[in-house]
Amino acid sequence: MTKRWPWRRDLTGRILTRNSVGLLAFALTVGALPLVLRSPYLLSTAIFIGIYTIVTLGLCLLMGYAGQVSLGHAAFWGIGAYTSAILTVKFGVSPWLAMIAGVLVTAGVAYVIAIPIFRLREHYLAMATLGLGIIATLAFGEFRELTGGPSGLPGVPRLAVGGFIFDGDVEYYYLVWGAVVALIGLSLNIVNSRVGRALRAVHASEAAAESIGVDASRYKLQVLVLSAAYASLAGSLYVHYMQFVSPQAFDFGVSVRLVVMAAVGGLASVWGAPFGAAAVMNVTVLLREALPLVIPNASDKHITIVYGLVLILIMIFMPEGLTRGVIEGFHRNARN
Amino acid sequence: MPNYEFSNYLQFILSGLSTGSIYVLVALGVVTIYSVTGIVNLAQGEYCMLGAMLAVTFTRWGLPLALAFVAAIVSVTLIGVLIERLTVQPARSASSITLIMITVGVSIVVRGIALLAWGTTPLSLPSFTRGAPLDILGAAVSLQRLWIMGTAIVTLLLLYFLFERTLLGKAVRACAINRQAAGLMGISAGQMSALVFALSAALGAVGGIVIAPLMLASYDMGLMLGLKGFVAAVIGGLTSLPGAVIGGLLLGVIESLGAGLISSGFKDAIAFLVLLLVIFARSGRFIGMPKLKPGGKVKPAEARP
Repeated sequence: MTKRWPWRRDLTGRILTRNSVGLLAFALTVGALPLVLRSPYLLSTAIFIGIYTIVTLGLCLLMGYAGQVSLGHAAFWGIGAYTSAILTVKFGVSPWLAMIAGVLVTAGVAYVIAIPIFRLREHYLAMATLGLGIIATLAFGEFRELTGGPSGLPGVPRLAVGGFIFDGDVEYYYLVWGAVVALIGLSLNIVNSRVGRALRAVHASEAAAESIGVDASRYKLQVLVLSAAYASLAGSLYVHYMQFVSPQAFDFGVSVRLVVMAAVGGLASVWGAPFGAAAVMNVTVLLREALPLVIPNASDKHITIVYGLVLILIMIFMPEGLTRGVIEGFHRNARN
Repeated sequence: MPNYEFSNYLQFILSGLSTGSIYVLVALGVVTIYSVTGIVNLAQGEYCMLGAMLAVTFTRWGLPLALAFVAAIVSVTLIGVLIERLTVQPARSASSITLIMITVGVSIVVRGIALLAWGTTPLSLPSFTRGAPLDILGAAVSLQRLWIMGTAIVTLLLLYFLFERTLLGKAVRACAINRQAAGLMGISAGQMSALVFALSAALGAVGGIVIAPLMLASYDMGLMLGLKGFVAAVIGGLTSLPGAVIGGLLLGVIESLGAGLISSGFKDAIAFLVLLLVIFARSGRFIGMPKLKPGGKVKPAEARP
C-alpha cells in the first residue's frame, strides 16, 4: 500500500505520529498565551512576533533547505502588504480577495526573478533580492497615486468574516497565530515529504542529487516562491492590523532583521522560526529601552549594529543557526 | 521627453563615465576577491565610505589634502586586512552562503560604527582643485570629474603593473586560476586572501575619496556604491578585470542617461534592472538569445523521479 501511495505516508502518517503532538502542544501554548498577556502592549508585540514568524518560516525553508539567502525578503512582505492596501483602499476589493491577489502577485514576482537565477551556479539570488528590495522600496515611495508616496497609505480596513470584525487585539492575535500554526503544519508536511527529502539531498550535495534525477533548480524555485507567498500573507496580515502602510516598514534594515531572525531560530528547522522571531523582537524591544541610556538619541539604526554582530558570530560559529548549534553543543557535551 | 541637444547627451555620457569610474574601482575589488577566494563581498562599498569619511576627518585635523588622501587609503587598507582576519579567516571552510551573510554582517557593523563615530550629518570634502568647469563641445565638466577619471586610469595602470609585472601579482593570478595548484607551489591561500582584501579595501577607499567632493560623505553612502560596483562586476562576468572596467563604465553611462532621459526618481533602480537583465541574459532565458557564456547549468536527464 505504501509503495503505491508514497504520499500517503508522507502527508498523513508522519503528521499523526511525530509532528501532530508537537503541533498540538504548540497550538495549545499559543492559544493559552492571551490569558497571561494581560497588557495591550505585550499582546500587540505578540501579534507582531506572529507576523514575523510567518515571514521567518519561509526564510528558514529557503535558507535551510534550498541553501539560498534572500536579502530582500522585506520586499516580498511589502508587495503583499501594498497589494492588500491598494486593492482594499483604492478599489474597494474584499480584504480576503486582496490577500489572495497579494500572494499571487508576490509569488509571480519571485518566480520571474528566480527562473534565471537558479540556472546559474553563482549565488546571484542574494544580490538579485537585495536589488529587488531597493527597487521595491523606491517604487512604494514613487508611485504616489497608488501608494500614497513616502508618507504612506492610511485607512486600510479591518479584516472581517460575515458580521464578525477582527478589531480587537485578542481576536487578531488568534487570527495571526492560527495562521502561524496552520503554516507550521504545512511546512512540516513539506519538509517531511518527497520534496523535503529532495531539497535535503540538494543541500547535502547538488551534484549527487542531480545525478539521481533531482531537478535542483526546480525545487529551489518552488521553495523561493513558497517563501515569497508566506511573506506576502504576513504582509496582508500586517497591513490589516496596522491599518496603514508606508515604505519604511520594508527597507533593507527589515530584510536584515528577518535574516537574523532565521539565523537565530536555526536554518533547516521549522520550529526555529517562532523562536527566532520572538527572540529578536524581544531583544529589539529591550534594546530600544536600554540603548538610549548608553548612547543618547539612539535609534533603530544603532540596534542594527547589534544585528550585524549577532549575524557574524552565528555565521562563524554556528552556520546552521543558533538553536541548532546550541542543541548540537549539548549533544556533544552529553556524549563526552 | 524633453528635447535634448547633442551637448546634453555628451553631458550625460561624460558624467556617467566619471561616476562609472567609481563603480569600476569597486567592481575591481569585487572581482579580485571573488576570483581568489570565491567570496562575494557585500561589504565592498563600506571601504568607499570609510575612505571618504577618514579623508574628511584627516583634512579637518589639518593634514594637507594629498597627505589625508594617502593616510585614508592606508588606514582603510589596514581595516580591510583586520576585517578579513577577524571575520573571513575563522570561517574559511564555510559554505559560500554563510560567507555572504558574514560580509553582510560586516557591512552593517562597519556602517553602524561609522554612524556612532561621525553621526548622520553628511560631511563635505573640498574639490581637489578649484576652477570653473571645463567646456567640452558644449558640455560642462567639473574639474573633480576629471580628477575621478584620471585617478581611475592611474589606479588601473598600477593594478595592471601589479598583476602583470610583479611576482606578487602572479601569485594572486595563480590563486585565481587554481587555488590548490597554487598552494602546491607554496602560495599560501590565507596570505593571498588577506592580500586581496587589502587590495580591494584600498581600491574602494580611492573611489570613496575621489567621489566625496561630488556627493558628500555620509555613513550610509557605502551600501549603494558597493551594490552598484557589484552589478558592474556581474555585467563583466564576475571574474574578469577588463570586464569589470567595461561593466562599471557601461553602468555609469546607462544610469546617467536613464536618470536624465526617463526619471531621476528611479536612478538607483536602474542598476538593479540592469542586474536582472544581465542575469537573464547569462542564463540564456530570453527566447532566441544566445548564452554569453557556454556551459551554464546542465539540465538533468529528462526522466523525472
